[in-house]
Amino acid sequence: MPDMTAASIALNLTPATQYLLRIGDTCLILGQRLGEWCGHAPILEEDIAMANIALDFIGQARALLAHAGTLEGAGHDEDQLAFLRNERDYFNLTLVELPRGDFAASVLRNTMVATWLKLLWQRLAADSQDDEVRAIAAKALKEARYHQQHSADWVVRLGDGTAESRRRMEEALSDLWRFSAEMFDTDAVDEAAAAQGIGPRWSELEAPWRAEMTDILREATLEVPADSAFRSDGKRGRHSEHMGFILADMQYLQRAYPGGVW
Amino acid sequence: MSAAAVATESDRVKQAWAVLHGVLDPEVPALSVCDLGIVRDVIEHGDELELVLTPTYSGCPATEVIEHDVLAAVNGAGLGPAKVTLRRAPAWTTEWISAEGRRKLSEYGIAPPGTAHADLPQQATVRVIGRRSEAVACPRCASLHTERLSAFGSTACKSLYRCLSCREPFEHFKPI
Repeated sequence: MPDMTAASIALNLTPATQYLLRIGDTCLILGQRLGEWCGHAPILEEDIAMANIALDFIGQARALLAHAGTLEGAGHDEDQLAFLRNERDYFNLTLVELPRGDFAASVLRNTMVATWLKLLWQRLAADSQDDEVRAIAAKALKEARYHQQHSADWVVRLGDGTAESRRRMEEALSDLWRFSAEMFDTDAVDEAAAAQGIGPRWSELEAPWRAEMTDILREATLEVPADSAFRSDGKRGRHSEHMGFILADMQYLQRAYPGGVW
Repeated sequence: MSAAAVATESDRVKQAWAVLHGVLDPEVPALSVCDLGIVRDVIEHGDELELVLTPTYSGCPATEVIEHDVLAAVNGAGLGPAKVTLRRAPAWTTEWISAEGRRKLSEYGIAPPGTAHADLPQQATVRVIGRRSEAVACPRCASLHTERLSAFGSTACKSLYRCLSCREPFEHFKPI
């Protein structure tokens, strides 16, 4: 029985575990954000869709966190990794921790992340030398294709829709696009993961991501925003001011009632 | 049931398969977990029976219920002790749903999945709703004049459709 009474766990971090936690935490935090739409989406079908996509992300996060815990070798299971880390030990993209915004912002973010994850899962499913990562990716890839298709449909509908829907989508693009740079900058964690055959350098995903996003935005009659010098850094544990609040929501129960299960 | 296992299957394994064919999926109770292709193998390790399951979706909340149900059924039939192991690779696909399963889905009012083209949703990335080419037949009136309302239905494995002939909504089991 793992000790669930510790207030926080300390990670025994290697580049391989950090590489997997970057992906797993991105799924975990976006799953939590999308769950916020439950009961609040503009139409019932989208309420259901957001909750469904959220569940897929939580499932993918669970598999990756469990595997990262095994590689870490410190006896941490997926629940401890999900609920008992301090903020600096989460390595998700900053993009996914931003408040959910309006529906346009949420479907744009889903499209940006699903397109990126689809490309990443493809590479992991085909090339990872880690059997478990390959298996998780092969499953997740099928799900990511549906996420991308569904979200991109909405970007097109809203972008090429009414004056109001277009204004909302343009605003979402102007708010969120700058956070995409973090998806592609390569660092020592990437290099080590690539050298160990765990997964690709994220910089290799940039050209295909831009090509797919450009197609989607063109179909939506929207301009691809200009790049900016802004760099977010969530994948290295340096988060926006929103991260602490979402972690407080997620962690409250396990912090207040250590080891609570139902 | 894997082909290799058939030749050497013991009576206990055969009985376990028979029991498992009676365990219904909690989300689509018209089908058994075997019809859905979730049970991949039953292996006898001396005293213990290993039931190998492949989950349908990463986040399917029914997975744990299914684990519990198959164990309870096999142990309840006196064939235990049994344990469940999850096999992630190869990933579950709707191609594993049996012909019997497809017939039962249709009778239950859920349009069965078509062929799972690995690249289909990819190609459709930028197509807007209402312009998709894949025709899904209405499970009530068999009309192909149908339209998709949403890729996500009451569970992750289903999408929402409506029939433009009989005007009834229905669910479609997504090819994956």
